[in-house]
Amino acid sequence: MLSLADLREGQAATILEVSGDDAIAVRLMEMGLTDGEQIKLIGFAPLGDPLEITIRGYRLSLRCSEAKRVLVELVV
Amino acid sequence: MANPTSSLTVALVGNPNTGKSTLFSALCGVPARVGNYPGVTVEKKLGKYRDDSGEVIVVDLPGTYSLSARTMDEMVSVDVLLGRQSDVPKLDVIVAIADATNLERNLYLFTQLRQLEIPIILVLNMWDRVLASSMKVDLAQLSERLGVTVVVATASRSSGIQEIKAAIRTAAAKGSSTPESLFPPEFQAECDTLRDWMKASGEPEMQSFLVQRLLLDIDSAHAQRLSKQPELKELPNRIAEARARLASSGQRVPALETKCRYNWIRSRLAGVVDRPAEDTDTLSDRIDHVLTHRVWGLVIFAAIMFAVFQCISTGASGMMSGIETLQGALVTWVHSWLAPGTLRSLIDDGIIAGVGSVLIFLPQILILFFFIGVLEDCGYMARAAFVMDKLMTKLGLSGKSFLPLMSSFACAVPGIMATRVIENTRDRMITILVAPLMSCSARLPVYILLISFIPETHWLGGWIGLRGVVLFAMHVLGLVVAIPVAWLLKRFFFPGETAAFVMELPSYKLPSPKVVFYRVWERGQSFVGRAGTLIFCTAVLVWAAGYFPGDHTEVHQLTRTIEQRELQATGDTDDELEAMRAQERQLNGALIKGSLLGQAGQAIEPIVKPLGWDWRIGVGVIASFPAREVIIATLGTIYSLGGDVDEEDSGLQDALASSRWEDGRPVYTLPVALSIMVFFALCAQCAATLMVIKRETNSWRWPIFTFVYMTTLAYVGSFITYNLASWVWVG
Repeated sequence: MLSLADLREGQAATILEVSGDDAIAVRLMEMGLTDGEQIKLIGFAPLGDPLEITIRGYRLSLRCSEAKRVLVELVV
Repeated sequence: MANPTSSLTVALVGNPNTGKSTLFSALCGVPARVGNYPGVTVEKKLGKYRDDSGEVIVVDLPGTYSLSARTMDEMVSVDVLLGRQSDVPKLDVIVAIADATNLERNLYLFTQLRQLEIPIILVLNMWDRVLASSMKVDLAQLSERLGVTVVVATASRSSGIQEIKAAIRTAAAKGSSTPESLFPPEFQAECDTLRDWMKASGEPEMQSFLVQRLLLDIDSAHAQRLSKQPELKELPNRIAEARARLASSGQRVPALETKCRYNWIRSRLAGVVDRPAEDTDTLSDRIDHVLTHRVWGLVIFAAIMFAVFQCISTGASGMMSGIETLQGALVTWVHSWLAPGTLRSLIDDGIIAGVGSVLIFLPQILILFFFIGVLEDCGYMARAAFVMDKLMTKLGLSGKSFLPLMSSFACAVPGIMATRVIENTRDRMITILVAPLMSCSARLPVYILLISFIPETHWLGGWIGLRGVVLFAMHVLGLVVAIPVAWLLKRFFFPGETAAFVMELPSYKLPSPKVVFYRVWERGQSFVGRAGTLIFCTAVLVWAAGYFPGDHTEVHQLTRTIEQRELQATGDTDDELEAMRAQERQLNGALIKGSLLGQAGQAIEPIVKPLGWDWRIGVGVIASFPAREVIIATLGTIYSLGGDVDEEDSGLQDALASSRWEDGRPVYTLPVALSIMVFFALCAQCAATLMVIKRETNSWRWPIFTFVYMTTLAYVGSFITYNLASWVWVG
């Protein structure tokens, strides 16, 4: 299954699910990453991690390990 | 309902980066009280202002994204909001602050706040940016739909402040109303069932917000606490069953909460807030493309950090020598009216030196916080953390620890104060505890003094010298040691899962001078006021330990004679005067040997002998507890050269070189010099650092911990170095 960490720069996707119910998952959801939302990958940090996305009209950075928990579907 | 003419208590609550602190300053000016909440590292900031109806106390709560109470900041916020924090009065009004350009996410916290049954107003801050964009907000409609008074403001320009003050009074007079629920009926029903069951079990009536949280928060501390009561030990099962029932109807916890709240927000904003279509090519994005570019991003980052570091190290030195000159002038002035004696010694070496040892840190603190203020307010700080995160995760830390640790190479005091930018308590604690290991500028004089005992060997046609290699190694040593220390701290002292690195990247803007000024002012004041007192006391105590016991009559008499002679001096060399000065230095050397400090140094000689040290070095190390570089002045006094020698003083270097053990072997050899240098690289001989740790962690536990672990490291490191070097050098 495709996760947020698998996206390439500039790709847009729809969130299917944030897996898990621990503190990290809840924090991601609180920041607005709820299922059905559209996100777009802006790019990666110079060293390849973390990554930057746009969600609900603002820019958010998260580590690849966290982005892996956000399951997405590409917008075509 | 509060009487609108009486004094009110209001709390400022909002997400990080909403300009909350700026609004606080715009409302109250400089904070009346900054401290910590009891027992935690969370900062407590109280301020007040007066309006026509009376006094208003303002509590600035830490920036938070949610009230689910998982982090220390959130727990304290919830306690204050619910009136459970005993040293904050019960709140009359909540002032919720939102970034007007990012309403959807900012209103998430608002949806939780409105359930607290406290009158609430909503401030849309950074309104100037909305005006400058093509965004449109129908304020009257928004206020109607959210059911609260909505005020617009631009706190950095102090606009909208009067309106906020008026809205606070109106809201206090109107009182709170129970808001409509934004959760589905199934969830509501589960809450009612749970509440009824708890009531039947004899539990006092609980606020509906708290009942909801019991169902919504996985592993909530509140539920665990409640289930300790025998009549409520069924609670965890009840909650689990309720969650299972909700899940079977498609309402899975915890996704249920965020989904419902965000759906509610979107429905309220629809047609009221008109935002231009999603744009990922704004000016801010174009700046970002350069600043987080694979190559340029790193180059620019390195350049900015280098500039900051350079300004701290060189910029501060001018101001610092100014402070020292002032100190010297003050001493001369005291000498002009006070005869030598215990009182004068206390004023000179205790009080003036003590105040000086506090003020000497101010230039670095002010410069560092000026840069932090600018970088944070323009939005670069978050990018710096973004760029450095991967590297810092190798240390077990996050990108936000980079700047505090880098500043610690200039001085650990401002470095530790800068850890406030790290929201995660665990990362912040580890950064605080390893920051003193970074080789600060106060270690350099010690290295310079001892480097003369390292032979001047050169390799590669004179390009690489042994002394240079040793100096470099001393600077890197602390950083290298910090890696396993951070790992051990994380593993054994702060266990738990790694916190999420979910960080907002605010859009770039020009920094506001006012915001920067407040930041610099507040940090400077907090250092002088809180840590300063402790540093001063330490300096005076160490003075007393070096002065008492001992009969100073003779030396005071001698000093008096010398000073009188100096006044009448004709400029000719006066052999008799020189002889008296030498005698004065001899006496001082003997007095320090007999003082508490000297006795302690002699007592610890068996302990420091394995490091290759004699008792004099022992005294120097104990005396340098307030600050590392004090060892130089102490050695100067012990070797009867007077206390005003510096590290490049050839007299002191000669005295050290001719220092002998009883059997005639020289004390200062290459292994001993290396052993002392390694000790000073790793030890915690800096009262200011320890006092700042006390202030920042709000506990004596951590400065003591730091002192113990660093001294142990220093001793072991020094022991290994001495023995290894002796073996290599002799063998």
